[in-house]
Amino acid sequence: MKRYSPWIALVVAALWVASNSRMPKSAPEGFDLVALGKLPVLSDGRNKPFDTVARTSLLIVRGKQTLRLDDGQTLDARRWLADVMFNAPVADAYPSFVINNPEVLGLFGWEQNERKYFRYSELLPFLEKIDTQGGQADTVEQAKRTPYQTAIFNLRNSLMLYQRLKNSLRPDDARDFAGEIDAYMKAMPAALEETAKSGKGGQVDQDKLAGFARLTARFQAMAELANVLPVPPDPAGGGPREEWISVGASLLKAISTGSVSPVTKSYALAGDAYHAGNAAEFNKNLQGLSDWMAKNEPKETGRAAFEFLFNQLEPFYQAMGLYVLAFLLVCFSWLGGNRSLGTAAFYVLLLALAVHTFGLGSRMYLQGRPPVTNLYSSAIFIGWGTVIIGLIIERIFRDGVGSACAAAIGFTTLIIAHHLAGSGDTLEMLQAVLDTNIWLATHVVTITIGYSAMFLAGTLALIYVVRGVFTSSLTKEAAQSLSRMTYGVICFATLFSFVGTVLGGIWADQSWGRFWGWDPKENGALLIVLWCAIILHARWGGYIRQRGLMVMALFGNVITSFSWFGVNMLGVGLHSYGFMNKAVPWLAGFMISQLILMAFASLPLARWRSFQSGPGPLG
Amino acid sequence: MWHRFFDVISSLKLTVICLSLAIVLVFVGTMAQVNFGIHEVQHRYFQSIFVWWPSGSQGFRIPVFPGGHLIGGVLLINLIAAHVRRFRWTWRALGIQLTHLGLIIILAGGLFTDLFSVESFMRLAPGETKNYSEDSRAMELALIDESDKDLDQVTAISEARLKRGGTVESESLPFRVVVRHFYQNSRLQPLDKAGQSAAPAATEGAGSQFVVTEVPRATAENERDLQSVVIEIAPVRAESAAPPATWLVSDQLVEPQTFSIAGKNWRLVMRPARYYKPYSLTLQKFTHERYAGTQIAKNFASHAVLTDPERNENRDVLIYMNHPLRYRGETFFQSGFEQGDTATILQDVYNPSFIAPYVACVIVAAGLLFQFGYHFVGFIRRRKTAPAQ
Repeated sequence: MKRYSPWIALVVAALWVASNSRMPKSAPEGFDLVALGKLPVLSDGRNKPFDTVARTSLLIVRGKQTLRLDDGQTLDARRWLADVMFNAPVADAYPSFVINNPEVLGLFGWEQNERKYFRYSELLPFLEKIDTQGGQADTVEQAKRTPYQTAIFNLRNSLMLYQRLKNSLRPDDARDFAGEIDAYMKAMPAALEETAKSGKGGQVDQDKLAGFARLTARFQAMAELANVLPVPPDPAGGGPREEWISVGASLLKAISTGSVSPVTKSYALAGDAYHAGNAAEFNKNLQGLSDWMAKNEPKETGRAAFEFLFNQLEPFYQAMGLYVLAFLLVCFSWLGGNRSLGTAAFYVLLLALAVHTFGLGSRMYLQGRPPVTNLYSSAIFIGWGTVIIGLIIERIFRDGVGSACAAAIGFTTLIIAHHLAGSGDTLEMLQAVLDTNIWLATHVVTITIGYSAMFLAGTLALIYVVRGVFTSSLTKEAAQSLSRMTYGVICFATLFSFVGTVLGGIWADQSWGRFWGWDPKENGALLIVLWCAIILHARWGGYIRQRGLMVMALFGNVITSFSWFGVNMLGVGLHSYGFMNKAVPWLAGFMISQLILMAFASLPLARWRSFQSGPGPLG
Repeated sequence: MWHRFFDVISSLKLTVICLSLAIVLVFVGTMAQVNFGIHEVQHRYFQSIFVWWPSGSQGFRIPVFPGGHLIGGVLLINLIAAHVRRFRWTWRALGIQLTHLGLIIILAGGLFTDLFSVESFMRLAPGETKNYSEDSRAMELALIDESDKDLDQVTAISEARLKRGGTVESESLPFRVVVRHFYQNSRLQPLDKAGQSAAPAATEGAGSQFVVTEVPRATAENERDLQSVVIEIAPVRAESAAPPATWLVSDQLVEPQTFSIAGKNWRLVMRPARYYKPYSLTLQKFTHERYAGTQIAKNFASHAVLTDPERNENRDVLIYMNHPLRYRGETFFQSGFEQGDTATILQDVYNPSFIAPYVACVIVAAGLLFQFGYHFVGFIRRRKTAPAQ
């Protein structure tokens, strides 16, 4: 039985992953929103499926990827987006907007109670106020905004996003949008003739122009608002490849081409059908759109379908679950002295790593970039790197320590990533200076592996201190092996942090004209390198021994978290691509916890439970 | 005595002390950037021998911490001394030797850069040609002989020279320039708004309408000093009893000021210090691309023509993000844009030691890899041969 228990654990974990990976199916009778979710569009500069637009938009306005109605019914993001785009009056009555700040509520004369989510229709009377107040907050530097200013600024952005979505595929007040397009095309030849006449100074028949001009203005407004650009370049068009455009822009373009894109027509018909509650007609048009895209945009269609799959699988959430399972298995193996549970943990970790790697690889494929491009992906990558180093350590030492660290850090970094995802699309486009795969692949990856190793060393030290001070399990051998691991990992961290920092300097020399500019993010990296150098030299010089190494490795956690997050909170410098200040209390809490652990580590050895019975490993 | 000194200077303890001081300095210098501009922070913490308190003021101040140049310099000496003392040609030590050699190159290169590199900017509107770049901080007083319709003859006095004060004489000037007062950072105020007791800054030109006052140096990121100078234009052989004619020149005065002497017209301006080059750049077009449907910048690019009569070069160059133009020891980077996305701002860097980090990175990486790899392989071998526990 014992021999098989690791395999049983692995099979159970794999079944759990498989059960979470079922694809959603559209109800045969209803609207085929899965087909809608897979259609590729261009939004925020990137080709993505509607499913991603739906999830990230709802995340921005509501802070969650699902919508819970007042009657307890839960809508998924696709359904919400379909209602926003095609049936605005219904969507306006959904509690879509999250408002947590009491001062913002006070602005509307509302008292704060348990209600956190508000309807567009409720906010409608205050739009002007929100715009003015949010505009004022916009003039304040991000780092210097008060909580109220941040909240009103975010609410304004949410409302703008919502209005843009509502007018992306059809005007939000349209009933028969396909009819409007027909009228527009019909009036076009006469109207153009009249315009040409007026150019030559002839008499203009205002009646022929008025209707056409009204529709043109309407489509112009749509084109300006649109956030989703669903119309691909004309497949027959020669010359350089054009960009995707909005429905409004494609209608305006019809003035020069004389015909409306079939994609625009189909979206108009589908929207009208959805608005009218006609599922069969809606599904027919979506089928047509899917076929058209598959034929004319095979690459983007394939990519969008893959991204849809990636969204449904949620590999990082699954990996989180597996890390928890692996961690528990290691803990049980320690408590029971059971080796096979330790092996089981190792197998589950391998599965978790596979899922984690799939997620990481999928993001790289979708973005066409090296793994780390923003703070979110750095968290995912740090976890991934640590798990690999942890597993290698586990293979060498086989005492569960490597597995425990891998599981703990893997889980924590994915939780951090989850909280960093709130600002929308995590596969966002990159600022011009970052648009270089060579440097992203070398500098950013190396420096991030350096972070991984620092956190791993810190976690090993944490295990040393907790086991030594609070339990009697830290034997001389265990202490020595932990110290070897920590030292080895710090050496590894030194190598990667140093090379990563210098590569960053070389990138800076390439793009800003100086190797080193004392910018906060650069300094953060330098702090890690200096700290590693101090640890290594202090050890070589005999100024620290086992315990000193552990205390310094714990402080390495403080320095690395400052370098990873802290410098971004200063809100200054050239590296402020990853700004965030919501996490300030968390970061402070983490740093304080490490300082407390360092204090425990500094207790006289007689107070360490492991060493009370006799002279400890330090003699 | 000399022996003991050498022991100290090459000791590991000194290394650890220097590294510890460095970590504190870097941390403080990072936090200081919340309140002060990067230039001020560099000057105060990193490019100085000491960090002074209170900072900036001319009067009483005490050194409270070693500055970047002191720590870096001691570390460099320490490194070299340790190298000299402990150098042994063995495989075991090869990694450490290489690593520290690379570090010496980095530190020395950094010091060189601080001392000898020059940063300036070249702003080009479409179609414009320039054979000079401009300093972003230092100014110069330009005296321009306008008597030739086609050719201006310019004599420029550097900010450093103005600061020293005294009399400036030049063969190209038919008069002497006496520096009465140089204001590092100043504000101008119209005379009629300055109150009864206020005195005009100068006797001639715009200066007779303004009062100039000295203000503390600018320290914030988006501020810079506004320099002014009051000068006296005096004949070369001054025996006349006429009262001296003084002029106020400031970069806050937009209107040019002119005067005549010895039948020639002269113009006075305070302008960013210029660095002339034996070649020129002409901007043809500047492009600022954004991702479709967003405001996110995708690329900035300057299409320019490089003309160098000395070397007989005349070619199109493209300068864009992460792809600078390196020419005759200088490097031009795409830095910014103005005038509604039509004009370009190129950063021009002269850095004779820019290659040092490239070389050092390779050497240190090889050294660390060898060192840790050597020990790691040894460690794994020992574990394999050790009896199972």
